[in-house]
Amino acid sequence: MTLGLSLGVVVGYLVIALAVGLVAYRVSETTAEDYYLANRSIGTAVLLFTTFATLLSAFTFFGGPNLAFAAGPEWLVVMGTIDGVLFAVLWYVIGYKQWLIGDRHGYVTLGEMLGDRFGSVGLRALVAGVSLLWLFPYVMLQQMGAGEALVGLTGGVVPYWGGAALVTAFMIFYVVLAGMRGVAWTDTIQGLFMLSVVWIAAVWIVSAVGGLGAATGAMLEARPEFGRFGGGLYSPGFIISTAITIAFGVTMFPQINQRFFVADSGETLKRSFALWPVLVLLLFVPAFMLGAWAAGMPVDVPDGANVLPVVLTEYTPAWFAAIVVAGAMAAMMSSSDSMLLSGSSYFTRDLYRPVINAEASERREAWVARIGVAAFAVLAFVASLFRPGTLIEVGDTAFSGFALLALPVICALYWPRTTRTGMIVGVAVPQAAYLAVVLSAVVSAVPTLPRTVAGGWDVALGLMVLSAVLTVGVSLVTAPTAESDASRFTVAGD
Amino acid sequence: MHIESNSTCMERKQRDFLWIPTFAVLVAFAVPWPLWGVDLIVAGFPVWIWWHIAWLGLCTLLFTRFVRSGAWERGMGIHASSSATGERATEPVGRGDEP
Repeated sequence: MTLGLSLGVVVGYLVIALAVGLVAYRVSETTAEDYYLANRSIGTAVLLFTTFATLLSAFTFFGGPNLAFAAGPEWLVVMGTIDGVLFAVLWYVIGYKQWLIGDRHGYVTLGEMLGDRFGSVGLRALVAGVSLLWLFPYVMLQQMGAGEALVGLTGGVVPYWGGAALVTAFMIFYVVLAGMRGVAWTDTIQGLFMLSVVWIAAVWIVSAVGGLGAATGAMLEARPEFGRFGGGLYSPGFIISTAITIAFGVTMFPQINQRFFVADSGETLKRSFALWPVLVLLLFVPAFMLGAWAAGMPVDVPDGANVLPVVLTEYTPAWFAAIVVAGAMAAMMSSSDSMLLSGSSYFTRDLYRPVINAEASERREAWVARIGVAAFAVLAFVASLFRPGTLIEVGDTAFSGFALLALPVICALYWPRTTRTGMIVGVAVPQAAYLAVVLSAVVSAVPTLPRTVAGGWDVALGLMVLSAVLTVGVSLVTAPTAESDASRFTVAGD
Repeated sequence: MHIESNSTCMERKQRDFLWIPTFAVLVAFAVPWPLWGVDLIVAGFPVWIWWHIAWLGLCTLLFTRFVRSGAWERGMGIHASSSATGERATEPVGRGDEP
């Protein structure tokens, strides 16, 4: 009975989201600009929530509470700094400038913008290829999260692969039909939904255990070190490198970076920027504190299970637990469908059309995009069945990979002297080095290279420095090519 | 802000640069470093969590002021639509064809 109810809630949610997508599809035009960017007509509320919902995925909803449960509530501070402050600043530094440039020249993707500026198809394809490479583990992460969520909710009646497959099928269907407008609309619903549900859950559980003081008191009794700031996993090196790699990485995520092109006006971007820290807190405080408080609750969290559903099942009725899991699946889907949509635009516009088939018609391109989405999602689904790490580990790998793109892009946006060779070297060399580090952990024939050094400092941070040094250094010793045009990135004058 | 209309362009530009250290401080102390190792509990939360919550509130306030100041647009050399007062006076002449 409860099983049927739980599944009913989850499926009911998916159906509502699909209905929204279909309405969006009916008002859509068939151009690429509309499909990917909703004709650059997204307003503040929708932009804010679409970015919010996209940003906050399985990584936040399950990975975050799990980490707070295991290592302490400092994760709240780490993520708050990342998303609330550092990302907000980068939103302005990178996002606003990109919006101005994109609005002027009609760019749809990051690769397209850079390729045009430096007159280089190779750079365009390189940026798109690198982005798609790191997008893969992040799509996979959502499928892993969905699989685990349904296992937790149904007590294993729906197997791990079943949950992952359900979400995969749904998101392919959705993205192929709706495009950016549908994605943005459902993201808004999902963002509001997640925010409300997580607050209700927190109030419910905190009052069940006897209030805020009692919840924190019980947590400190079980884990006294949770009350003290720092220590354990949270070394200064860990905090700083996690904050920097994730915040810079997020700006280069295709689905986030493409959001920088969709605002209807500069005002929209500005308002979103100012509201960001508060919105982030509203979600992180209840979600991560629930994870930390769970350390003091009489609950048994099995190995590999997510702590949030366990706590919910203990303290709230089954239908409510199902609603929260539906909210979490919503988070994963909005992350995934945005990622797939942006990924497909990177693939068709920056790889397929310039490199493979320049003569393709719009219609053909649209079909290639949709087939690309399906293939990418299915491959990620297959990879997710192997469960190559925890949600936080897989997510962190992807974030760091993207973070290596950020400094060369900032350099190109603000320093007219940047050259094509500088960009290619600054992007390619750190990427190759980081890929070697990541692959060395997977391939058993080679020794595993360390991911962190000297007490929690991430090697990706060092590689970020390398990317900046290479971009600037190589630019200084090479001349701009005849095809490059620095004036493409100037926004002064009108 | 009506005070700004009295100041010269140079002074305003110099003041704009103050936003750079401001942002640096906002980012750096979003992590409550001065409370490292402190385990005081205030009103049901560790005190360093309160610091973080208050800090993010401060960020929203200052971000709003930054957006309204129009400093970024001046730095980029663009004429913002509505964010800064006195913008129209500095617009180059000879663009009468614009609405």
